[in-house]
Amino acid sequence: MNPLIQTFLSGTWGTLALFGVTLVGCLIGGTILAAMRVSPVPILRGAAAAYVDVVRNTPLTLVMFFCVFGLPYLDIRFGSTAGMNSFVLACIALTAYTSCFIAETLRSGIATVPVGQAEAARAVGLGFGQVLSFVVLPQAFRTVIPPLGSVIIAMLKNTSIASAFNNRELISAMRNAIEVRGDIVIPLLLATALIYLVLALGLGRIFAYLEKKLVILR
Amino acid sequence: MKKLSTIIAGAAVGVLALSACGQEGAPEPAAGGGGGGEAPEYEVAEDVDLSDSPTWEAANSAGTLTIGVKKDQPGLGNQEPGSDVPEGFDIEIAKIVAGSLGFSPDQIEWTETVSANREPFLQQGNVDMVVATYTINDERKKVVDFAGPYYVAGQDLLVAADSDIASPEDIGGKTVCSVDGSTPAQNIEEEYSDAELVTYDAYSKCVTDLQSGSVDAVTTDDAILRGYAAQYEGEFSVVGEPFTDEPYGVGLPQDDDALRDAVNDALEASMEDGTWTEAFEYTLGDSSDVEQPEVDRY
Amino acid sequence: MSAPTQVLFDEPGPRARRLNVILSAVSVLLLLGLVAFIIWKFSDAGQLESAKWEPFTYAVIQQTLLTGMWATIKVAIVATVLALIVGVVFALLRLAPARAVSLPATLVLEVFRGVPVLLLIFAMFLVFGNQIGSFWSVVIGLMLYNGMVIAEIIRAGILAVPRGQSEAAMSIGLKGSQTMRLILMPQAVRAMMPTLIAQVVVLLKDSALGFIVTYQDLLYQVNAIGRTYNNLLPTFIVGAVLFIIINMVVAAIARYLEKRMSQKTAATTGPAKGAD
Repeated sequence: MNPLIQTFLSGTWGTLALFGVTLVGCLIGGTILAAMRVSPVPILRGAAAAYVDVVRNTPLTLVMFFCVFGLPYLDIRFGSTAGMNSFVLACIALTAYTSCFIAETLRSGIATVPVGQAEAARAVGLGFGQVLSFVVLPQAFRTVIPPLGSVIIAMLKNTSIASAFNNRELISAMRNAIEVRGDIVIPLLLATALIYLVLALGLGRIFAYLEKKLVILR
Repeated sequence: MKKLSTIIAGAAVGVLALSACGQEGAPEPAAGGGGGGEAPEYEVAEDVDLSDSPTWEAANSAGTLTIGVKKDQPGLGNQEPGSDVPEGFDIEIAKIVAGSLGFSPDQIEWTETVSANREPFLQQGNVDMVVATYTINDERKKVVDFAGPYYVAGQDLLVAADSDIASPEDIGGKTVCSVDGSTPAQNIEEEYSDAELVTYDAYSKCVTDLQSGSVDAVTTDDAILRGYAAQYEGEFSVVGEPFTDEPYGVGLPQDDDALRDAVNDALEASMEDGTWTEAFEYTLGDSSDVEQPEVDRY
Repeated sequence: MSAPTQVLFDEPGPRARRLNVILSAVSVLLLLGLVAFIIWKFSDAGQLESAKWEPFTYAVIQQTLLTGMWATIKVAIVATVLALIVGVVFALLRLAPARAVSLPATLVLEVFRGVPVLLLIFAMFLVFGNQIGSFWSVVIGLMLYNGMVIAEIIRAGILAVPRGQSEAAMSIGLKGSQTMRLILMPQAVRAMMPTLIAQVVVLLKDSALGFIVTYQDLLYQVNAIGRTYNNLLPTFIVGAVLFIIINMVVAAIARYLEKRMSQKTAATTGPAKGAD
């Protein structure tokens, strides 16, 4: 097989791996952060708000830098190989960063759930956790599918930042290809853009489908 | 939240005000790399006429020669914060070449290039030449021309002073750091696949990792590693067994033969009359074990 | 925002309040412990030695950081203005009744929205870098991506204005372009202000990628300082603080604008705010 195609294939795989792990992580992290922001405990509300404010205002490159170069000083390492370690650290950074945006999106979704829903749930004796997980969040998720889609597509593209921190993905595949084939720089750029475009558009289609199936319009 | 951001905005103003009371002068850089001493000066030729070279013609009538260099490689091409001119062996070579073409150092415009844009910049005429740790290879020769080589670097290893890595054969099972997409990184992947490769976007991050023990070695051209070994004297050392040949050339626009001959002449002359050695010792240190390369007029 | 969240749980009673106080105290202690642990670990590794922080007390270094900060702000301002213009234009193109106009616009929009901004900046620099330089490579890369996102935000805002508004505008004899300019656009922009500001913060943060194409922004200088003084970690901490400050200031300005706008709305059209 053409070595260039092989480079790009493994790069695409790297991007998808980063994306998949982060997707799971940031949906969980974002939900927890959103729940904290509306919780009855003031300190949780404050902590979540402060976290979101700081991390959201820091460029992802810096968030990733601190994860990759700061955490090892705290003896936090993952996996037996450096590659595995960097992959996990990059996923942590992407998750920490994207969770903020998911949380903010969810929070605006929670605000659209009619007050009567939560009141009714409490009236039948559900506690805060039950109100949130059985009544409010399921509806909130379904109202915010379109903006959630944008956040997740943005995250897909943000995986490109990981190339600077020992992750083999599309951008590093492109760099490798440019280093050996300096004579075809522009076609290589176009090829990389095309792959991202296909991935992003595919993801857009999935969200459009979900939107049609699930979204609640208010 | 509102209060918090007011406080922070206040702090911002405070930081700005603080800048007025910083210490004078520049802090001592950690980099002690190279030999130092008096900056060498090179002869600037007069009455140069290279009207056969379109690149030279254009530069001559503009009065400036634009040279693409690296600004983040200590010892070769590096610009310290607060300084407006780069320093390093590549820079000295560029000054020598420029001098022989009739341009004094203050007629040179230093343009920063990164590895990926050296060919496009030369092809599109953004720079007149590139002196930026530019390895001569056949793929590149398809789109640009090379004068030189002016130095043959070799890929080597930078390790902790007490490391048990004494030759490239010892890196099996170890982690080795280099820059993403660079030739040294690709060499490790292909030739020493039993070592684990770590890549960042800059060597400074590799060195930080070497210091914290996250990686066992940093690998790239020995010239670059020499700079770091000097900066961290006693802490790191260069293994000293280069395992590749990386002939550094001066990148030139394609098919400007008159210019290529002139640059080759200038490089040959500098190796004969000792200015090459002067430049080397000023930037990279002791040159007694360094061989001058043969210029290849392909 | 606060009304529905407070409805999620009961007003805390005396026991819950006591529990909250205890929880808060424990959390603060935990946080302090964590901070102490981080400081201990970092100083153990020599990252907090005064030698690593000393360069920041020099005027040259502070000047360099400020120059980098200004370069970042400059690129962000120019890119924001251009992205807003591109955003309005593309929102209108996509809403155009003629498919011959809206279809190509949608196509262009999807392409630039689907590619990482890092790649856009890099491509601009490699392809057009010699004509436009690194500053404009960054600006145009940021403009293309964020302009498309802003176009979608504005389009959503326009579609969200109740139909009665444009019907009323037409019934008093306004033309299509007048309706857009005088009735729909102002309301759409006002309704979308928070989202627009959030996008400006995104743009500002993305401008940190300028260093990849040798634009001498804050991160470029941070890299240069860390490389020269062997203090990568401390320098990045300083860089992050500066970035957070810039973004907080932007957020503060945004809140001020939002407040002024909502006052204006309340004063002139009274209950109109409820409509959007």
